[in-house]
Amino acid sequence: MKAASLTGRAAVVSIALFLAFILAWHLATRGAGPTQAMDPEYAKLMGVTATQGKSAMPGPADVGAKLWFHLKRPFYDNGPNDKGVGIQLAYSIVRVFIGYLLAVAVAVPIGFLIGMSPLMSKALDPFIQVLKPISPLAWMPLALYTIKDSSLSAIFVIFICSLWPTMINTAFGVAAVRREWLNVAKTLEVGTLRRAFTIILPAAAPTILTGMRISIGIAWLVIVAAEMLVGGTGIGYFVWNEWNNLSITNVITAILVIGIVGMLLDLILARLTRLVTFPE
Amino acid sequence: MTTVFDNLWLSMTRGEFVCVIGHSGCGKTTVLNILAGLDVPSSGAVIVDGKAIEGPSLDRAVIFQSHALLPWRTVLGNVAYAVSSKWRDWPTMQVTAHAQKFIDLVGLTGAEHKRPAELSGGMKQRVGIARALSIEPKIMLMDEPFSALDALTRGTLQDEVRRICQETGQTVFMITHDVDEAIYLADKVVLMTNGPGAVLAEIVENPLPRVRARTDFHKHPLYYATRNHIIDFLVSRSRTFIQEAGRTYDARHVVVVRPGLPEPTIATAQESSTRPTRSQQVAAS
Repeated sequence: MKAASLTGRAAVVSIALFLAFILAWHLATRGAGPTQAMDPEYAKLMGVTATQGKSAMPGPADVGAKLWFHLKRPFYDNGPNDKGVGIQLAYSIVRVFIGYLLAVAVAVPIGFLIGMSPLMSKALDPFIQVLKPISPLAWMPLALYTIKDSSLSAIFVIFICSLWPTMINTAFGVAAVRREWLNVAKTLEVGTLRRAFTIILPAAAPTILTGMRISIGIAWLVIVAAEMLVGGTGIGYFVWNEWNNLSITNVITAILVIGIVGMLLDLILARLTRLVTFPE
Repeated sequence: MTTVFDNLWLSMTRGEFVCVIGHSGCGKTTVLNILAGLDVPSSGAVIVDGKAIEGPSLDRAVIFQSHALLPWRTVLGNVAYAVSSKWRDWPTMQVTAHAQKFIDLVGLTGAEHKRPAELSGGMKQRVGIARALSIEPKIMLMDEPFSALDALTRGTLQDEVRRICQETGQTVFMITHDVDEAIYLADKVVLMTNGPGAVLAEIVENPLPRVRARTDFHKHPLYYATRNHIIDFLVSRSRTFIQEAGRTYDARHVVVVRPGLPEPTIATAQESSTRPTRSQQVAAS
């Protein structure tokens, strides 16, 4: 019998774990049968939770049905409080890309500067170390107060939080370029700008893209949190709104969608990283 | 602060192939780095064609021990990078054609579009040689270019380098550990004592004819005279030279030695295997 490939076996284990989880979930949330008799008016008020002992937490069947509902019509728009999942995601993704691309456009040049100049590295270091650990939600009040527009504030918060991994990785990658390649550039009398683009950038690219991959993960985390706070549109707002509507099925659905989109973004950056990686 | 070397004077004429031999740590790579301009001496200068150098230059091409190829470029890309560095305004087609010429010269036709990771050690070093030759430098500086290769590849590459340098009349300064390699390739072999504080002990003029074939040049009567002289130096004199020479050592006029034929001896029952060789001291220039 041919030995199954590692990917095949891993897939089997993954599916088994998933089914076990679904089964446990279903068993935990199904109804325990009718409870004691109670006033019919009261029963109508309390709903199935009190009368049938059904758990308030939705089961996998409910979530599955809701997920299917959303996937069937992702782009419906019934007004400001009722938009399809697709539309909400689109808002979030656009905000992430604007904030993220701005962050990359600022972080890579500053990272280059820090990597190539030990003076600037030491000079900028205290600022980076103090700004880096600040939570995105702590930036929100300042952003809202100065920028005043909630969408732009969300974008600003994404920008300020996804700067750091790219900047630090760029600085590290630039500083770690092999000395012998720099010596080649010296003996060929390569100018500073040409050296930066033709030797330092390709040499540091894998490290820079690894930083960008971490940054996109942070950006996606931040947008959900920022939108919960700021409201209006977006997948984060959707989660919070459905929580206010006590529609836990929608909340769980949204969580799933957030996870999947986050995974896809990471996959894209991983593919880009592979493109610029070179074997030595 | 250790002195790597002090009061070192060395001159080379155009078209010469000079090898430096010495033990590890004597400062050979430091000399090469200073000649290339990658290192600055605490005092002194390197003068090329009557002008002091001011740092690395396209006139002095370096072949590094670890080939130092750019791994994200192909073979053609690496050589073309050097060509376009020298001639910034050349159009792409001209750069490619010029680079291809030198890739063919080192025998890598057909491998132009491979990345360095797909090449063997010998091929990588050939690319390094092509890259250095393509900028048509005044002098080529080679830092133990073949030491990382196996013996067979080393032999092939030595033949190629000798052929190319004879064809082009290239001036070369090479560091090596291999005595046979030095004798095969060089017109002059410079012997360096042990570091720190190394000095140039001798310059050995290679007495072998300029036409050298690997198959039989070790059978030349003067081959082993030369080889033994250099090995004698490396084995013992590199350590004791400074003490022995003492006051008579003149850094500016290093003794030039031309190994001669061994002394004729009458065979006796206790004939030793080493015969004293007669070395002729060429008038110091």
